[in-house]
Amino acid sequence: MNPIQHLNKVFDNRIRLGIMSALMVNDEINFNHLKELLQITDGNLASHIKGLEDSGYIQVQKGFIGRKTNTTYKATPIGFIAFKQHLTALEQMINNSK
Amino acid sequence: MLKNNLVVITNPIYFASQSTFMHNEEIKHSEELQHIKQMMEQSSRFISLSGLSGIAAGTCALVGAYFGNASILHSKAGVVEDLDTTLYDASVNGNFTLPNLLSNQLVQIAIVTFFSALVSTFIFTFIRSKRTKVSMWSTTSKRLFINMSIPLVIGGIFLLKLAMWGVVGLIAPGCLLFYGLALVNASKYTLNEVRYLGYSQLLLGIINLLFIGKGLLFWAIGFGLLHIIYGLVMWLKYEKQ
Repeated sequence: MNPIQHLNKVFDNRIRLGIMSALMVNDEINFNHLKELLQITDGNLASHIKGLEDSGYIQVQKGFIGRKTNTTYKATPIGFIAFKQHLTALEQMINNSK
Repeated sequence: MLKNNLVVITNPIYFASQSTFMHNEEIKHSEELQHIKQMMEQSSRFISLSGLSGIAAGTCALVGAYFGNASILHSKAGVVEDLDTTLYDASVNGNFTLPNLLSNQLVQIAIVTFFSALVSTFIFTFIRSKRTKVSMWSTTSKRLFINMSIPLVIGGIFLLKLAMWGVVGLIAPGCLLFYGLALVNASKYTLNEVRYLGYSQLLLGIINLLFIGKGLLFWAIGFGLLHIIYGLVMWLKYEKQ
């Protein structure tokens, strides 16, 4: 079986891949932390977050710290599975070509 | 016939292009994995801790230990009892209140040493975080700070109580043990090598328990020498260009 079909199109982008990677090792991350991590603009980050949210891979929680809005993101169970499959496919492809 | 020839001629080219295609794909996938790993690490660990911080903190500790030793030798001149072998100073026996403790020269040296080490650690890490363009006060550094602080603060309170009851022999090994635990705990949130520094401090603290009274020497090795070695190794590994 060709592992290439297990590569996920949603993750075929450095920023979306980065967001998901970070969410794999953190229970939740807020917008500013992601922005600092990926060093991109608000608009750019927001559009990629929207993409991941539409795929059902991440969950958005809007909250407040004092009066400031604090939006945090979490990976959903589907997101975890999808990312794991993508990662396995990547590893397989590298192993196969060796 | 011509068609056959064409296949023969183009076949190597086909294979060649196929193999460069495979090669490029492979590089792309490796890069992707690298990116994943990097993002996982950067999002969960504070890695701007500078090796120079370790060297500076270690130097402060050695200077502190030197003055501490001088202070002990000076006070010993008037005291018959040999401090080197004392676990328990019965004359203190709970009479040591906080103001009393703070007026002790050795305690004052310890406090000055602690703060100068803290400040120098802060300075070098601040410089490094500016250079790597990673914010010093980030989610990861906060997490590191909290997880480092828990064993340290608890240990500090416990050792303070020991000091107030005059159990002077356990102060130095206690410092090493609690600091070692703090490092092992904090290593999950920063450079993984911090864990080995933690193990070394723990080992040293345990050995010190067998040589009560040689506290200052062990203290100087742990907080001075080990920090300098660790800092040097880290600096050579990550920062030297």
